Amino acid sequence: MDVAIEVADLVVDRGRKTVLHGISATVPTGAVTGLLGPSGSGKTTLMRAIVGVQKVRSGRVTVLGRPAGAPSLRHEIGYVTQAPSVYADLTVRENARYFASLYRGVTRADADRAIDAVGLSDAADQMVNSLSGGQHSRASLACALVGKPTLLVLDEPTVGLDPVLREELWGMFRDLAATGTTLIVSSHVMDEAGRCDRLILLREGRIVADDTVPAVRAAAGTDDLDEAFLRLIRAMSPAEVS
Amino acid sequence: MSARILLSTTHRVLTQVRHDKRTVALVLGIPLLLLTLVYYLYQSEAGAFDQLGLIMLGLFPFALMFILTSVAMLRERTSGTLERLLTTPLAKPDLLFGYGLAFGLVAAVQAGFASGLAYWVFGLHTAGNAGLVILIAVADAILGMALGLFFSAFASSEFQAVQFMPAVVVPQIFLCGLFAPREMMAGWMQALSKAMPLTYAVQGLQEVGRHADPTGLMWRDLAIVLGSAILALSLAAATLRRRTD
Repeated sequence: MDVAIEVADLVVDRGRKTVLHGISATVPTGAVTGLLGPSGSGKTTLMRAIVGVQKVRSGRVTVLGRPAGAPSLRHEIGYVTQAPSVYADLTVRENARYFASLYRGVTRADADRAIDAVGLSDAADQMVNSLSGGQHSRASLACALVGKPTLLVLDEPTVGLDPVLREELWGMFRDLAATGTTLIVSSHVMDEAGRCDRLILLREGRIVADDTVPAVRAAAGTDDLDEAFLRLIRAMSPAEVS
Repeated sequence: MSARILLSTTHRVLTQVRHDKRTVALVLGIPLLLLTLVYYLYQSEAGAFDQLGLIMLGLFPFALMFILTSVAMLRERTSGTLERLLTTPLAKPDLLFGYGLAFGLVAAVQAGFASGLAYWVFGLHTAGNAGLVILIAVADAILGMALGLFFSAFASSEFQAVQFMPAVVVPQIFLCGLFAPREMMAGWMQALSKAMPLTYAVQGLQEVGRHADPTGLMWRDLAIVLGSAILALSLAAATLRRRTD
């Protein structure tokens, strides 16, 4: 397995609370790794640590062979936060073009292609503040695709999307992975877990499982990933589960 | 730093302003309205508008750009776009100077409109050149913008950001020599006044008002205003952290 990201003994505090308790995990290159767990389990914090915007207490995060947050990585990472972070008072196209301009060698045509890839061509000249929630988050995704990143970190990219669009986006994630892009996609819906190559299951800042989808199913002895998650949690800490 | 990213940031900020027609109308219209009020308020006092109107040409861009940029930067922070930008190849000075250039251009247009009204309609008379008045007004705008970018770091909501206007801008207006000559102030107030950059902007404008040719004092004042702006921008850069809790 060609490793894109290596997390070793990562401890992160936010405020007075420790949100990641010394976790270790690896993410392979050219695959979709699902980061799953309930809300508040530390998914966003782990993603922030990977893109290098999170202060960490201890541990090491290595991304594409460099320490997370290294300036050279900024040309290679696309990060989509959970709340869509695009300019509401610009059109979709103006947003995509602005983000395109931040990368060397990325053209306006690339910006239009990214808009097309997320299915927003018809709304390209609409102001972002007039878009629906799902369109808004797709506009945000387009701005991350624009720089043709080798690593895409997507925090809950499919929330609020209708099933057809969700299907299309997952198809795009698979296509990107097939061409060598590494993707980390967080979700709290288990039915998306089955679409990933690998899963990292987080709960209360600890890793419950970090393996391929078939291996997670096998370890838990069930094909239902929701049920598998539950069984793995019970197996891990019987005292915590009543 | 990259000229390409800086200029595209300027373009982006100007596009945002352009989409917001009402803001454009307010930015250009409010100074005209206030100048008109001041003109009629002091119409009976000979020479009063030549002094007050002139100073006001420097105050509008300062106060307005302070508010505009502190709210704009706060929005960058709260909407997540700032965090996102800091994960891209954009360097902090690209963002800050990109804003500076964009709002500097807006301020130049604003100062042009306000000066046009003051000179051509209300017959403002200055011994020196109107171009110098606009130059100082733009420097004031850049100062207001730089302070706005810096102070927005201490606000976590629009409510708080707007409060910094009376806290930072109004004392400078009180002590800059507009309401009372600085020589008449108590010693500690004179000292405060000397520490406030707006004082030098006003003094520079008064120099243009009194002297046909630009004076050394005027150039020194202009340098102090721009130096303060650069200092505030550097401090603002220090408040942009790539890594946060």
